[in-house]
Amino acid sequence: MIPAAFDYIRPASLEEACRVLAEADAAGDDVKVLAGGQSLLPLLRLRLAYPAALVDLGRLPEPRGVEDRGDHVFVGALTTHDEVLRSGVVREQVPLLALATATVADPAVRHRGTFGGSMVHADPAGDLPAVALALDCVFVVRSSEGEREVPAAEFFVDYLESALGPGEVLLGVRVPKLGPGWGFHYEKFHRTAQAWAIVGVAAAVRREGGTIGEARIALTNMGPTPVRARATEAALRGLSPAPTGDGDGARDQVRDACGQADSGTSPPADLHAKPDYRRHLARVLTYRAVRAASG
Amino acid sequence: MSEQLDAGLIAERIAESDQLGEPSGAHEVGRARRRKEDARLVTGRTTWTDNIQLPGMLYMAFLRSPMAHARITRVDTSAARARPGVVAVYSGRDLAGEQGSLPCAWPVTDDIVIPDHPPMAVEEVRYAGEAVACVVATDRYKAADALEAIEVDYEPLDAVVDMTEALAEGSPLVHESGNRAFTWKFAGGDIDAAFRDAPVVIERTYVQQRLIPTAMEPRAVVATTDGDGFTLYSATQIPHVLRVMLALTTGIPEHKLRVVAPDVGGGFGSKLQVTAEEVLSLLVTRRLGKPVKWTESRSEGNLTVHHGRDQLQRISLAAERDGRVRGVRVDLLADMGAYLMLVTPGIPLLGAFMYNGIYKIDAYDFTCTGVFTTKMPTDAYRGAGRPEATFAIERAVDELAHELGLDPVEVRRRNWITHQEFPYDTICGLTYDSGNYEAATEKALALFGYDKLRAEQSDRRDRRDPVQLGIGVSTYTEMCGLAPSRVLGSLSYGAGGWEHASVRMLPTGKVEVVTGTSPHGQGHETAWSQIVADALGVPFGDVAVLHGDTAISHKGMDTYGSRSLVVGGVAVLAACEKVKDKARRIAAHMLEASADDIEFSAGSFTVRGTAEGRTIQELALATFAAHDLPDGVEPGLDADATFDPDNFSFPHGTHLCAVEVDTETGACAIRSYVAVDDVGSVVNPLIVEGQVHGGIAQGIGQALFEEAVHDTEGNLLTTTMADYLIPTAADLPDFTTDRTETPATSNPLGVKGVGEAGTIASTPAVVNAIVDALRPYGVHDVRMPCTPERIWRVVSEAGPPASGSGARAGAASAEAPAGTSAEAPASAPGTASAPGSRSGSDSGSGSGSASTRAPGSGEATSSSEGGAR
Amino acid sequence: MPRITVTVDGVTYEEDVEPRLLLVHLLRDRLGKTGTPVGCDTSNCGACTVMLDGRSAKSCSVLAVQADGSDVVTIEGLARGDEWHPMQKAFHTEHALQCGYCTPGMIMAAIDLLRDDPDPSEEAVREGLEGNLCRCTGYCNIVRAVRLAAQEMSQAGERREVRTP
Repeated sequence: MIPAAFDYIRPASLEEACRVLAEADAAGDDVKVLAGGQSLLPLLRLRLAYPAALVDLGRLPEPRGVEDRGDHVFVGALTTHDEVLRSGVVREQVPLLALATATVADPAVRHRGTFGGSMVHADPAGDLPAVALALDCVFVVRSSEGEREVPAAEFFVDYLESALGPGEVLLGVRVPKLGPGWGFHYEKFHRTAQAWAIVGVAAAVRREGGTIGEARIALTNMGPTPVRARATEAALRGLSPAPTGDGDGARDQVRDACGQADSGTSPPADLHAKPDYRRHLARVLTYRAVRAASG
Repeated sequence: MSEQLDAGLIAERIAESDQLGEPSGAHEVGRARRRKEDARLVTGRTTWTDNIQLPGMLYMAFLRSPMAHARITRVDTSAARARPGVVAVYSGRDLAGEQGSLPCAWPVTDDIVIPDHPPMAVEEVRYAGEAVACVVATDRYKAADALEAIEVDYEPLDAVVDMTEALAEGSPLVHESGNRAFTWKFAGGDIDAAFRDAPVVIERTYVQQRLIPTAMEPRAVVATTDGDGFTLYSATQIPHVLRVMLALTTGIPEHKLRVVAPDVGGGFGSKLQVTAEEVLSLLVTRRLGKPVKWTESRSEGNLTVHHGRDQLQRISLAAERDGRVRGVRVDLLADMGAYLMLVTPGIPLLGAFMYNGIYKIDAYDFTCTGVFTTKMPTDAYRGAGRPEATFAIERAVDELAHELGLDPVEVRRRNWITHQEFPYDTICGLTYDSGNYEAATEKALALFGYDKLRAEQSDRRDRRDPVQLGIGVSTYTEMCGLAPSRVLGSLSYGAGGWEHASVRMLPTGKVEVVTGTSPHGQGHETAWSQIVADALGVPFGDVAVLHGDTAISHKGMDTYGSRSLVVGGVAVLAACEKVKDKARRIAAHMLEASADDIEFSAGSFTVRGTAEGRTIQELALATFAAHDLPDGVEPGLDADATFDPDNFSFPHGTHLCAVEVDTETGACAIRSYVAVDDVGSVVNPLIVEGQVHGGIAQGIGQALFEEAVHDTEGNLLTTTMADYLIPTAADLPDFTTDRTETPATSNPLGVKGVGEAGTIASTPAVVNAIVDALRPYGVHDVRMPCTPERIWRVVSEAGPPASGSGARAGAASAEAPAGTSAEAPASAPGTASAPGSRSGSDSGSGSGSASTRAPGSGEATSSSEGGAR
Repeated sequence: MPRITVTVDGVTYEEDVEPRLLLVHLLRDRLGKTGTPVGCDTSNCGACTVMLDGRSAKSCSVLAVQADGSDVVTIEGLARGDEWHPMQKAFHTEHALQCGYCTPGMIMAAIDLLRDDPDPSEEAVREGLEGNLCRCTGYCNIVRAVRLAAQEMSQAGERREVRTP
């Protein structure tokens, strides 16, 4: 199919982009930001979106790239998924991001699609928002007024809705390095290799002695936004990751803790799964992710 | 289309560099020739229909009904007409006087209801996606824009999406005449006797979900006229049939209409159709006098390319305690969709003769009711009727094996036709000419490592491994080569099943072959060249194959139903024989010998016992010059042949599938897949293997991934490739393929056809494997596609597994229809609510499903796993 | 209407384009590069895959204006004269195509795959090609072809970058 007509603006700088967006908002125009376009283009082609104009940030030299900033890694919003995957800093310092990014779409889409675009698109079935939520990332947002910071827990407002306000663009995301002792895993469950996640689990687990010191778990596609599995996180603290006892009588406390992974979620019903199945998957996959991350 | 010159030259060079090894006896047939077709395809020098650009071309776009069932009360095209670049806008009413009705060529019964099917809806729409208006504009972007300016008022009518509901009293009517299109019956033997006092009766209900064929090339049409004649280019499998049907539909005289199938990007039955868009493109080009093009988008295609399968199968099997099957009874509901298209009603009947599979049975009874619903019509999809039949019998035979505690291979062995028994007249009235089921099965079992996998399965069961191993067996045969014309006539089909070929020697000794088949990925240019090279003794590279253009290939029956080689390839051979006969007479004349003394070998005609002779190339030049021909012999060295087979051909084979089922998540992964097929003699093993690979993948697609889902309002929910999931490379294993070769006796090439075999065999192999994995949980069915959610529901509703070697009896197949009630298996007439649940189950399903009638059957059931494994 | 400059298969074009014009339609309808087909509208099928500045991209999900100043290589620009790219040869040798509609995109994706992994395992090939759908081959021979091309390219020290020099 073919997109409806729109105007096209290619600002020369981020400042100009912010100004254009603010003006458009003031004028009541529906203007969308174009970065890689890998989520937006299919929507336009199916005529599920009719923006008056696209503001193309794709050519801007920044914010782009991955930077090691001591206690965190800063990922520029225009960094492509492919660039994220190729970044040694990401692999070594924030491996959960690399693990999840490797499951995003396919190589050709990852060449074009951007890290920031995936975040701002705020699709709860997307793989990266859960990572941001699990790691308590901080979103750095720019407008003509200046910069502000939004914690991940406040960035994903609703289905396909981020906290970006009028005239704001995402500059990048601070991804905290969690330091030594942490293990990571992203568990994605989908029907075919290119299908969206039915459920995904982003898990970071810190081992402390023989037990789980801390766990951070966020779920993909278990509600209109990514969701933290807080109850499970709390229940995991202090548990031994290995089952106790042997055979059928073994007490797997981690499994029990992960049995609460779906609490507080509101999973959708769609073609590929009904809510009760999603809840079940969230529990099982959380267990698997935690075991993998703590292994 | 004709081969492009440059591509031909490149192909020749490539062919020379191919490291093929010497074929046995220097024959081309049997050799793994790399394809001639590839040169243009791997370099992008293709002629897909959408690639065609003509001067002054206009672009068409269709406005489609957003409702499954509604009365059209108003169509206002004036605003759209005023949009820039818009040349014309038509509603159904504008075209009502000339558009006719889309044809159905297979009135399967005398009293069949064939409703009027206007290419563009006029009064009423009956499925979501039906065309209600079209725009013709100067480019495709403007055409798409103008669609949004057309105003249509609809008065909603009730949708009918479920077949059983459609047949119920008081159902909304798709057509005034009622929702029953036809009921067709067929029987052989004494079915009542077979079931009377039968020690074992298996009754099951299976759902053949609705599928979207999903050829990679979306449909496209280009129509043009010079003011007198018309040319239609279309992404079609059937240029010849299409020409006849379009002439009948539009009134354009057949001799003024040329139909071309250029490069066509796959079909799988979906392009075996006379489509609304083809008819309307012709009408519009006739009105405007300009060339027009229409190219569908994928989401438009998911709505409006005819769908496949969509049947509800109730199968009953009566057997002896030793596993011998006495009789099979089949009661089928087939969803026609809203209209009967080209061969819609015939599709389920193509399976009617195949429910006996490879087995010897005494009695058979088949009833099929075609049902109208407010959905896209169904029609041919790879296998067309035969995959459904094979699925039902192969699933039911597995259920029988389980019921009796027999290994599924053993129960098949006790029933199948042995190789000494061919030719074998089946209970369905077919004569299977040849086959060797034992050999194919033995080969497959060895390749698969059957015993070892069974041991692993047993171990996993004992360990209560959350990941269970399942082994699926599928032994199949199919009828292909559609078909002897007289048989088609007896089935009320509107045409014959012959095929035509011309072979002409050119003055320079090269050969042109014209075939009535219409390949769209099957490699006929290569395979036909191999046949001709052997038959005439000419180099493979000296043969060009022309096809797919009614101005070049003036008659043919096109490509579908695994018919091309077994009918069209044989026609090519027959034409070669005629050429040779003529050449022999001319050679005899030139060599002053008797024709009886002329021997033909490796392209030369020689006088017996001498070295004196003429090559076929020399004879070609001589007949061109025509200076010295025998009396009564016309110049030129060419011949036509039309082949009409006496019988179908019957490929067969054994497919084995091992799956790992994660009982915690319901995820299912195919671990290994072995296919041993017997497609008779093989012209090109490379092409045969490719057909088998692709067929298996499509059958797996039905088993695991694919389903066209409608909501209760009749809206299609799977309109994009993000929703209708076909398997990617990462979702499939490597396939182990091998062959046995039992030549067909029904044609001189000994070939049987291969296009559909893989699809027919693989779906039951996969589902049998999944059910096998879940036997310890008491599961005996999972509805297709066997999605993780469905598997999880079956497992979780069945409860914990029985320990180790004993199967739990009594759990139901548990299908909570996912996604939508529209596709729910629900209840066929007379079928209880838990399809396939076993006797003695706690589901209380009464008349539904199996009953083991003989005393002691419970014992057999409880010991079944141990006995088999 | 924006004016863009784009190099396609070694030829530089200047075109005025509507902002909404898809790159694949620029290639097909304006530049006559019909070797690159369209198979879907959701970027699932990958039939339209081309090299955009040396990396695989689905040209149905890129606006022509986004390609301004870029280098595009399509299936039509892969061969050097009469010498096919090793991947083209391998697809032919291994019978990795039937109808051929997915082939241009599949070949482009496969070439891109080898850029990072010169000797991919079967699994790596299958996962690397997950963005390209084929309905004919069941993928077996495609996997074989990609691995064959990998060997050939390694032995020949073949260029892995596909872009206009």
